[in-house]
Amino acid sequence: MPTKPEIQGTAHAPKHRAPDEVLVSMQDVEVYFQLRGGSMARLLGMDTGSVRAVDGISLDLRKGEVLGLVGESGSGKTTLGRALLGLVAATGGEIRYAGQDITKLSTRHLRRLRGDLQMVFQDPSAALNPSMTIETAVGHPLKIHGLASGEELHRRVADALERVGLSPPERFMFKYPGDLSGGQKQRAVLARAVILDPVLLVADEPVSMLDMSVRAKILQLMLDLKRDLDLTYVYITHDLASAKFFCDRVAIMYLGRVVEVGRTEEIFADPKHPYTRSLLKAIPEPDPEKALPRDLPRGEIPDAASPPLGCAFHPRCPEAFDMCGWERRDLRALIEAHWTRHEALDFETERGTIANLDDLDEPSHEAVVAAGRSSSPVDVEDLLHRIREEDADEPLWRGVEDMTLTDGGVRVRFHDGADPRLRPAGGVEVACHLYPEVEPAAGEGPAS
Amino acid sequence: MGVFRVLFKPFGQTTGLARWLLISGLLLTAMFVTFALFAPWIAPYGFAEEVPKKVAPPGDGFLMGTNDLWYDVWSRVVWGSRTAIEVVILAVILGLLVGVPMGLVSGYVGGWLDRILVLIMDALFAFPPLLLAIVFAFLFRDLIGGGVMAVALALAVIYVPQYFRVVRNTTLSAREATYVEAARAIGAPGHTIMGRYLFSNVIQSVPVIGTLNAADAIGTLAALGFIGLGIQPTDAAEWGFDLQRALDDTEAGLWWTGVFPGLAIVLLVTGLTLVGEGLNETINPTLRKRRLRRFALPPRRPAVEEEAAR
Ligand SMILES: Nc1ncnc2c1ncn2[C@@H]1O[C@H](COP(=O)(O)OP(=O)(O)O)[C@@H](O)[C@H]1O
Ligand code: SF4
Ligand SMILES: [Mg+2]
Repeated sequence: MPTKPEIQGTAHAPKHRAPDEVLVSMQDVEVYFQLRGGSMARLLGMDTGSVRAVDGISLDLRKGEVLGLVGESGSGKTTLGRALLGLVAATGGEIRYAGQDITKLSTRHLRRLRGDLQMVFQDPSAALNPSMTIETAVGHPLKIHGLASGEELHRRVADALERVGLSPPERFMFKYPGDLSGGQKQRAVLARAVILDPVLLVADEPVSMLDMSVRAKILQLMLDLKRDLDLTYVYITHDLASAKFFCDRVAIMYLGRVVEVGRTEEIFADPKHPYTRSLLKAIPEPDPEKALPRDLPRGEIPDAASPPLGCAFHPRCPEAFDMCGWERRDLRALIEAHWTRHEALDFETERGTIANLDDLDEPSHEAVVAAGRSSSPVDVEDLLHRIREEDADEPLWRGVEDMTLTDGGVRVRFHDGADPRLRPAGGVEVACHLYPEVEPAAGEGPAS
Repeated sequence: MGVFRVLFKPFGQTTGLARWLLISGLLLTAMFVTFALFAPWIAPYGFAEEVPKKVAPPGDGFLMGTNDLWYDVWSRVVWGSRTAIEVVILAVILGLLVGVPMGLVSGYVGGWLDRILVLIMDALFAFPPLLLAIVFAFLFRDLIGGGVMAVALALAVIYVPQYFRVVRNTTLSAREATYVEAARAIGAPGHTIMGRYLFSNVIQSVPVIGTLNAADAIGTLAALGFIGLGIQPTDAAEWGFDLQRALDDTEAGLWWTGVFPGLAIVLLVTGLTLVGEGLNETINPTLRKRRLRRFALPPRRPAVEEEAAR
């Protein structure tokens, strides 16, 4: 393990820092999960593919801030949070904290860092060992690290419980998690997280599984803890309303990427990325649980195992244009959408025009739509034209470079797309081709 | 202690039929445990003490008669309880001590260790248990003689794979639980996670297997004695051995030398099985019906009131 000798044993970084000092710096962090193929595929050593849960994220976390990770379910928020604490191994990139790269630390060295980096989980009922009393559970971090025992341990557990509002502590210490309400359990989880006096707390949707009535109280408690204990938060949520209330900065995530990041006020006042805009349109809904999926643009979240080419958001983006990465899978989706809008009779005849749509499954910027047995390439071309006339504004057509007749069908070529990198736009950074990419001048750091 | 809470919870939770199974099983078992504990006071003679009369019928000073070795059958039955209980407790504890930690480590660590252990255990499990017991009884007799310990070890070998399987499979799913990740997040090392977080949550089904194995052990012990691989008659009284001796007597019309040891075996096996099934009924959720109670929804308030309540 390439850990530098001089930092060994100094898990606790100095707590007094200049404002705006970077606490954790992530560079191109990747977490790919290997998909499990059948046993046959594994035996033969075949590549069974991988899920790109986190796909190249660079973010700086500043001392004392609350950074929100916001995105739909499956966008990789939890995985990024776990990678930050070394609970899941990053498959690429680096995460620097206190002079060391967390992704390269051994389990033993990581254990020493646990005092600094802590986590609060989404489901408080699952986060506590059902057969451990609250006193044992909350005090266990101290015991594991050999920091307290006996009377001292008891006192510190009581203090921690008091601090998170479980008072009088004697009423809760000897209970089992099953005897507590959801809100009380989350308080106990918070007590366990802060008992080691951490620097950073990653809170993974800490209130999403709690009753509406206690959510605000738990968030307020977290703000109090932050103030009293000088904490830095990473707050993970799919709920923009709570992010607006809670975060200093937010990073909007989509399919393992950060698509927009900046100060909360700026993002909410003037969202730049089309995805952020569509998320924000949904916010007036009074029940934040329902808010997100409602007003999202067409289509589903693509499969993270084989994300779209170019900009991963392009199949759902209302503003997409030629360089956004159009490809043959989009053409297939378009043809299928066309059929669902039509009568069964039309479908039967048109279905015969095209040989096999499954050929269009692999990602590529070129598609050959083969003619069916009883039809000619010209029929296929007619069909494509009909689809185009139906909705001339469909962004996909902006990506088509040319369509040519071949022997067996129609070849559609799309513009080579490009993967938009994060770039400064206004006060924020955004990953979208709508904003010109400027080469950062020498010596100048990233914006926002 | 959390562990005992988990282990003894089912005893308090049983209701209905399960409770009756459990109570009658516990009563039967308790009777034999009493015999075992107080054998010197209950039995009129020692287990290898010759009495004045050979093959006397029951009654007339000998409650269950005497056999052709000049032994008192009632005393043999009582002393036999002690042997049976000793062997069973030893066999179950040895099986637990080996099988549970092995299953826990195998399930938590995974990888090659897990594959190898699963292979070995599956192989052991695939053998007919009696055959396995015979082989190992031979083996241990050579090593440590034909006493209680040798038989208990041979029986334990049969039971280890059962604990291993159940504990490993439960561990495999429990290690994905959030509280295990939470334990890692507070810096708990592997042995702490296994000992303090997984152990108490993966042993729920162990009491059931334990009692069912105990019932099985009585039968297998008798079978080993019957074929002459059990405990030497001079070491301890053993029902299977007595049963085998009584085989010739039946032809001569002597029923008491065989019936009483046989009855003891049947009763103790029944008792332990009832306890096991009673517990199983409670722990195994597919059989459990006791939570199904009629549940009345409160009447819905009118929508207007609902609005006003907000
Ligand atoms: N342990 C895992 N093994 C395989 N895939 C995983 C694992 N954890 C997460 N994933 C996948 O990674 C993607 C991101 O998941 P996650 O980080 O949980 O997203 P979020 O928290 O934003 O809902 C999902 O497609 C999910 O299925
Ligand atoms: S780059 Fe921008 S415009 Fe193009 S698809 Fe992505 S979000 Fe839409
Ligand atoms: Mg999540």
